[in-house]
Amino acid sequence: MGVSETYARGRRFFVEQPLALGVALVGLYMAWFLGEGLITGRILFSDIASWAWDGLMRGLIIGLAGIGLSMTYSILNFANFAHGDYITTGAFGGMAASYLLAGLGDADAGSLLLVGSGRSVYGGALGVGIVTSPLAVVAGMFIAGVATVALALLIDRFVYKPIRDESGITLLITSIGVAFALRYLIVFVFGSDVRGTTAAGQQPTASLLFVDGYVRINAHDVTLLVVSAALMLGVHLLLQRTKLGKAMRAMSDNEDLARITGIPTERVVKSTWIIGGGLTGVAGYMFVLWKGTIGFNDGWLLLLLIFAAVILGGIGSIYGAIAGGIVIGMTASLSIVWIPSEFGRAAAFAVMILILLFKPQGIFSGRSTA
Amino acid sequence: MSPSGFRSRASDLLNRDPGLVLAVFGGIYLAYILAGLVFGFSVRGHMNSIANLTFYVAVFGMLALALNLHWGYTGLFNIGVVGFMGIGVYVTAVLAKPPAAQGGAAQVGGFGLPLGIAAIGGVLVAAAVGLVVALPALRLRADYLAIVTIAFSEIIRFTFMSDTFQSFDVPGTVDIAVGGVTLFSYDPAAEMVGFGGGGGLILNYVDPLEAILRTLFLWDPYLGLVDAVSVVIPSNPKPVVDGFVYGLVLLGVVALYYWLLSRTGESPFGRVLKAIREDEDVANSLGKDTSRFKLKSFVLGCALMGFAGILWYAGRGSITPPSFRPNITFYVWIALIIGGAGSNTGSVLGGAVFAALLYEGPRYFKNLVQAAVDIPDGPGSFGQAMAPIGASLDPVPFLVYTLNSIGQLRLVIMGLVLIWLMHNRPEGMLGHRKETAASVDLSRPDRGGPDEDVAAADGGETR
Repeated sequence: MGVSETYARGRRFFVEQPLALGVALVGLYMAWFLGEGLITGRILFSDIASWAWDGLMRGLIIGLAGIGLSMTYSILNFANFAHGDYITTGAFGGMAASYLLAGLGDADAGSLLLVGSGRSVYGGALGVGIVTSPLAVVAGMFIAGVATVALALLIDRFVYKPIRDESGITLLITSIGVAFALRYLIVFVFGSDVRGTTAAGQQPTASLLFVDGYVRINAHDVTLLVVSAALMLGVHLLLQRTKLGKAMRAMSDNEDLARITGIPTERVVKSTWIIGGGLTGVAGYMFVLWKGTIGFNDGWLLLLLIFAAVILGGIGSIYGAIAGGIVIGMTASLSIVWIPSEFGRAAAFAVMILILLFKPQGIFSGRSTA
Repeated sequence: MSPSGFRSRASDLLNRDPGLVLAVFGGIYLAYILAGLVFGFSVRGHMNSIANLTFYVAVFGMLALALNLHWGYTGLFNIGVVGFMGIGVYVTAVLAKPPAAQGGAAQVGGFGLPLGIAAIGGVLVAAAVGLVVALPALRLRADYLAIVTIAFSEIIRFTFMSDTFQSFDVPGTVDIAVGGVTLFSYDPAAEMVGFGGGGGLILNYVDPLEAILRTLFLWDPYLGLVDAVSVVIPSNPKPVVDGFVYGLVLLGVVALYYWLLSRTGESPFGRVLKAIREDEDVANSLGKDTSRFKLKSFVLGCALMGFAGILWYAGRGSITPPSFRPNITFYVWIALIIGGAGSNTGSVLGGAVFAALLYEGPRYFKNLVQAAVDIPDGPGSFGQAMAPIGASLDPVPFLVYTLNSIGQLRLVIMGLVLIWLMHNRPEGMLGHRKETAASVDLSRPDRGGPDEDVAAADGGETR
């Protein structure tokens, strides 16, 4: 192919899609800004590495929680706006267990179970953390998963199952109702104040030298990395190697056909909620453990980023959700190179909107639940 | 008159819109007044609660009407309502606030324009932003549009909250000169404008009600009215009368919205919108440029939402970003679903029922209980509330805690109501009377009314 032909094709592409030209120009400017900053020393390499690490951590949480959202989105055909509050449920449920185990004897059980609502106990004082109280953290993680699975099944039984055959929009509106009921029930029980949960200062931190500075990695970062990698691998094996995985893929492709071939669709739906709910609960717990604070709005604020990740990766694809989560997390963190930090989230949404415009089926397009 | 004749006349009245609206409004107000009388409110308390109720009935009516244009007529799933309201009121505030030098020293100032012009500016900017959002977003599927619009409304809130847009310095003079000849020279009065960051903006301009009444040359008669009321309420009657009259003005605006949207819905433009709602491909194949119609409908709805936002918040002492959480969008949606998407009368009724029962109702209930019973200081947290039940089966602290948390429980109730509605009555109060896209009567003469059969053919998605 000659140069002129390539040139003509490129020109046609940009004439037909003026928006693409704009995006390309903005991308070029951003690359230049970053390169120039790194060469002149305005931006440190170690800062970039720190932000990227932070973005990876965020991305793993988003990806982990996104797997569940992506699965229910493709198998039940609706965008579950209550998913963010499942995350919050997991966070509070798990932290209640961790508080109870870490602080039993130091404070009364009621305050511990309510995660120190009304400033009665402080997670930092109880020494909640992977190094200071490993048992409490592992148990909390487990309880977070179990509690969220129970909640997801309960809500499915009483809310979603009776209207399973309605349109996706009906279910979406219903899920908004679930989201608000759940969120403010959590406020009613656990209170609305944002509080610290971990003894972050007591966890060991490693400072790694990177070109011109240090990147700090603490024990909770490593915990998050290990747990999410293990769970993602587990889901991959489950969906690839078991009959359940095949049934799920069949169902998200064509539910009627799946039912005709004898797949017990209701049981598959139940399994979907169990896997998705469990991962979501653990993701919520890991999120509050990693960032060290807990609040009733945490899950909701994360939800839009998770939607962005799931759409980016292609609805139904769990690898897409993981990859999308990491891209969205990195975007939110690394965008401070170019824009003020309070717009990191806005930048992630902008990436989502661009994907919706240019490749609405997502980067892992069409590959459902595997 | 025989009882059956009376009943049929009553049901006839309820089947016509004015009768229905009057009946629902009358019922709501009667319930509020009776409850207040039974529990012994003062005249002042009575008037305040009625004014408050009227205010919320009106704003939710307006917002539900505007949303009905998006969802009920055109089938656009917009869950970013609060973003457009926020833009409307913030832009109005920035335009109308007096320059910083005249206001407080540390406060961010504004351009000092008259409130009416500022409100027009706010509405126009809300419409313009609606256009910007719609251009990419309207090509998307309904659930994607939902995610994009709610993400957008959150971006708006972060923008209001950010330090970057907290304040700007305005240049001393703006000159436009070509070849040494000054074409345009303008010396803006403002020195520093902005959104005020997390602290929000203090709305230190003229009261909106006063601005409206002065424009209509009704300010002096109004002061006379306030004097007359002072017979009933001797001390400081003006705030009470203000609230009351502002509520009435807002009801007038609801009537305007209703008129405008009904006219829009009946026009050829509105028929195309309904056709898009039913089946966009068919409308497209009939030669209608559907994306253009959707765009216009979206922008008009956004402008109306912006104006409703202005009327809601411009009379407050200040505005802060947390007021513009997605909760408000959720409220408007419940109001629309209660009333029935697709029906303008239903939207007004839904707004009224929502405001009276779900939004103001729990708070009013709390006030009633407080007026009737002397309530001790409640526990500060759920744990302290539950402890006495466990220890001595004493439910009082828990009940007091529940009553004090009514603001949060209200949202739980709303969520449950929404779930119940979607299960049992997704078409709401009047959604079964959805206006059809056809301009001719589609009912078969030998069958009953035009409603049931037509609604069944609406293709699921708009329910």
